[in-house]
Amino acid sequence: MQKELGFSGHGRPPFWRDERILSILSQVLVVAAVAGAFYFLYSNLMAALTVRFGNNPISFAFLDQTAGFDIKEFLIPYSRESTYATAFLVGLLNTLIVAVLGIVFATLLGVAIGVMRLSANFLVNSIAGLYINIFRNIPLLLLLIFWSQAVFLKLPRVQEAIMFGPVFFSQRGVAVPWGIPTDSWPRYLYVLLGGFALAILVGIVLVQIGKRTGRMPIVSLWTLLIFVTIATVGWFVLPQPLTFSFPELTGFNTSGGRVLSPEFMAILSGLAIYTAAFIAEIVRSGIQAVSKGQREAASALGLTGFQTLRLVIFPQALRVIIPPLTSQYLNLAKNSSLAIAVGYPDLFAVAGNTIRNQTGREIEVFILIMGVYLALSLGTSLIMNFYNRRIKLIER
Amino acid sequence: MATAVTTRETRLLAPPMQRYGLLGWLRKNLFGSVTDTILTLLALGFLYLILRPLLTWVFSTSWAVIPANFTLVLRGSYPEEAVSRLWICLYLLFGLAGFSWGLWLRKIQPITFFVLLIPALLALIPFITTFNRMNLLVGEAIMLVAYAVGRFWPQRWQGFAGYLWVLALLAVPFILRGIGEPPLLLPVVMTNLWGGLLLTLFLAVFGIVLSFPLGVLLALGRQSNFPAFRLLSVIYIEFIRGVPLITLLFMGQAMLQYFLPPGTPTIDRVIRALVAITLFSAAYTAENVRGGLQSIPKGQYEAASALGLSTFKTTLFIILPQALRAVVPILVGQFIGLFKDTSLVAIAGMLDLLGIGRAVVNNPNWLGNHQQVYIFIGMIYWIFCYAMTYASRRLERTLGVGER
Repeated sequence: MQKELGFSGHGRPPFWRDERILSILSQVLVVAAVAGAFYFLYSNLMAALTVRFGNNPISFAFLDQTAGFDIKEFLIPYSRESTYATAFLVGLLNTLIVAVLGIVFATLLGVAIGVMRLSANFLVNSIAGLYINIFRNIPLLLLLIFWSQAVFLKLPRVQEAIMFGPVFFSQRGVAVPWGIPTDSWPRYLYVLLGGFALAILVGIVLVQIGKRTGRMPIVSLWTLLIFVTIATVGWFVLPQPLTFSFPELTGFNTSGGRVLSPEFMAILSGLAIYTAAFIAEIVRSGIQAVSKGQREAASALGLTGFQTLRLVIFPQALRVIIPPLTSQYLNLAKNSSLAIAVGYPDLFAVAGNTIRNQTGREIEVFILIMGVYLALSLGTSLIMNFYNRRIKLIER
Repeated sequence: MATAVTTRETRLLAPPMQRYGLLGWLRKNLFGSVTDTILTLLALGFLYLILRPLLTWVFSTSWAVIPANFTLVLRGSYPEEAVSRLWICLYLLFGLAGFSWGLWLRKIQPITFFVLLIPALLALIPFITTFNRMNLLVGEAIMLVAYAVGRFWPQRWQGFAGYLWVLALLAVPFILRGIGEPPLLLPVVMTNLWGGLLLTLFLAVFGIVLSFPLGVLLALGRQSNFPAFRLLSVIYIEFIRGVPLITLLFMGQAMLQYFLPPGTPTIDRVIRALVAITLFSAAYTAENVRGGLQSIPKGQYEAASALGLSTFKTTLFIILPQALRAVVPILVGQFIGLFKDTSLVAIAGMLDLLGIGRAVVNNPNWLGNHQQVYIFIGMIYWIFCYAMTYASRRLERTLGVGER
């Protein structure tokens, strides 16, 4: 604006001092430089790959070939006769199960420790503080390796397994009681699905009623109650959809139940313990971020302690907690790739190591791995952003 | 007016200091109510369950593996005859730290003494050699002299220390690696001999120093008015933040050569790891700095432009200093993350602090020492991370973050 006025008597400024032209020029130059650099890298890559693979430098055809290697843990049927694509999927599912369970356990542990950190009791408070201080200041990889080599592999032999109730800890892993599906199990799944749908429906209706009357019922309690009721009724109406099998010592091994491998336990507990320390700090600062006046105002209005927590403190703390919590979840999912250090066959260990070494198709494998992690990250971000927008303060 | 005076006086008079004895403290903090008492008892039981076996184990276990491998943990296979170079680098660090401390923080605080005593405190570690003790004491002397020089250095040459740091950082890699032939210059120590704490610190320090400017540039790019810069920055940041560091490290180790023209000499693998760590960390720095940039009120830009400052000068002298000061704690947190993440190079086969630990426990002479070695290495990581956290808290107070 200023400049145009200044030059008004002399016509337009020369083009090398015209801001609009300069801005376009600089952007074109930078984009051209970046594109040039990429072209340079790409042509080098193509040249190198053509030397190595001939006519099809980049090809995903290897995915249909027989993998020929064993994977210790699989959630879908897999053997060494399966294809590379199946092996890849096995790794992906192993990553997903660790990430999802890790997030659940880390959240439970983290919230508990975060609340402990706020306790007025000196001892409880200090224990939580110590936990946070220790685990935030050591590398996750060290914790994982320690956990697998110095804890789970140092457990006693099966014959001398440590027992916590029905759970057996030994070198072979952790044997836990496990449900074995009977004939009615598939039908029971439908019952559960129906119960879930009904619970959601009731939840929506309750929220609508709450909005109309201004008295919000405890939605989560009611939905949970409905789901649990239907699940319980279904359990007894259908003749027992699951029978439970408990681990037992039989000579040199355990039988019954289900054995969770030491590798799986190491990666899962390592991730959960490490991330919980970060979640605890987030929860603590979130709750502390709600100003004292809010609590005082709530008690002046005559709300009980629980009501204050549910209606005043928690909704406001959640707003502070959700964004950093999202990034912790993302970190946990990405950190599950460290499973390779404890020998758990996750996506990175199966594809980035074994498949890459066997096929030599390094570029293709890395494109697939990075694509999966990107999709996971962006997907989680999207969901959490959506949730965050829903609970955000609506400013007038 | 009258109200103001009353409030002031009330504040001066109120609240009387409550003095608790030990019993009072116990009652207030541990046995305030029935629930509190139950919690305390539960916590005590928990501590007993954890601490008793732990302490028994600590005192009944042989820790001989630590002193025996201490040099390995510190510097890997860095040759004995080149050790003097490590000391030169440490002297540089101690000298510059003392000088900067004297120059920038003129007030003497209790922490000043503590920092100035660090080399002397290190000399107290029980199982190090006399030679190392002597060297640490020389370092101590250098630090104290540098502190005195910095203390009386003319105020208007304060920027001098900054240039010295840059020079030292440029010199350190050359001193460590060496250049040229033995009779003339320092003989080369190949980076595959670097290891232990030396390698970890090298990766962490240079990762931080290199990723910081790149991250600031990316943050500025993301906030830029030019759509092309914005788009490029966003793509870079989101891509890097979406993939695990280990994929970048593996790509650097396994595939970098494909992307270079045929016949390019193999790039040193420490440098490849450093580049991966730098590129990774820069994306996170960018996001943190962006938070600081967004916290700058529009009035600052308008005031700068009213004073006739160009966009470049506005950014450099008005916006960035305020934005960076606002995010110091977050950035330190991220740098701690970077320091811990350097341990991932162990998976790529390098012998950093963690890698050396793995090597030691796999050494047939020291089989079965997993717990001791990993706990010791964890303690080293912990000390560095905790020191960074502590320093950042002090820095926050000095910079007055959150007060303005």
